[in-house]
Amino acid sequence: MAADQRRPGIMRQMRGAMMKYMPLMITCVEFETFILDYLEGSLPPRQRRIFELHLKMCRECRDYLAAYKATMGVAKRALKDPSDGPPDDAPEDLVKAVLAARER
Amino acid sequence: MTDEELIEGLKAGDDQAAETVVRTHMPRMLAVARRLLGDSALAEDCVQEAFANMFRKIGDFEGRSSLGTWLYGIVANQALMKLRQQTRRREDPIDDLMPEFDTSACRIEAPWQHLSTPEEILDREKRKDLVIDMINKLPPDYRVVLQLRDIEEMSTAEVADALNLTDGNVKVRLHRARSALKSLLEPVLRGEL
Ligand SMILES: [Zn+2]
Repeated sequence: MAADQRRPGIMRQMRGAMMKYMPLMITCVEFETFILDYLEGSLPPRQRRIFELHLKMCRECRDYLAAYKATMGVAKRALKDPSDGPPDDAPEDLVKAVLAARER
Repeated sequence: MTDEELIEGLKAGDDQAAETVVRTHMPRMLAVARRLLGDSALAEDCVQEAFANMFRKIGDFEGRSSLGTWLYGIVANQALMKLRQQTRRREDPIDDLMPEFDTSACRIEAPWQHLSTPEEILDREKRKDLVIDMINKLPPDYRVVLQLRDIEEMSTAEVADALNLTDGNVKVRLHRARSALKSLLEPVLRGEL
């Protein structure tokens, strides 16, 4: 990443300060730590409201969360293709090997 | 037979219970191992070792999760050990894939013009392989958590039990795994690949 992206302009500095110091607001860094619990529905109501307020105000976090959720969906679908159907194979030789090993 | 009856049977060394458990749970255990290892022969080894473990450790089974969940945990652990052996130890490569923030704690994230749905993204067979390759780039300790939570749909507590981690640890790894995968998949999600 370009180093200048890390050094914010005046507008981003002001926004950062606002989110850091205004009541009911959180910074993007704090937002990050809530994502998992938010998606699991385990954020307490007050934190949930704060999270959703940030989401309304912050284009970057909105885009990030959308891509994060899309990633989860893609991973799930790629690894567990619905057209694969349920796994149903228990190879007979493997069953026998497992049971034989137990008797020893 | 219920889980309780099967476990009692296993503890008593009953052949019928053993066979029922093996036949009932082997298919999904194989699927879990195959997804993690991407190799059928290795997956079968893994499942065999997992059952051997089960017969040895059934006395310790506390019944906090279902027998199935316990078994998927054992097989995931076996697979993780194999994956660790395959992967050379190196610096945590996942750090470069974490989300970025500027010095005023604001997120740095390029705008998304259009975000494709998983269905659109995976409509071509080649893309699916590409996505699986990206998932396989995650370090094993992260990948296994992602898989057990997001693919096998185990709870945080069940994954923590299976992998001998704290709940907090599972959550941190899961979030890092998803974040890293999001970075890896960006070109695909943006329709560039
Ligand atoms: Zn934000």
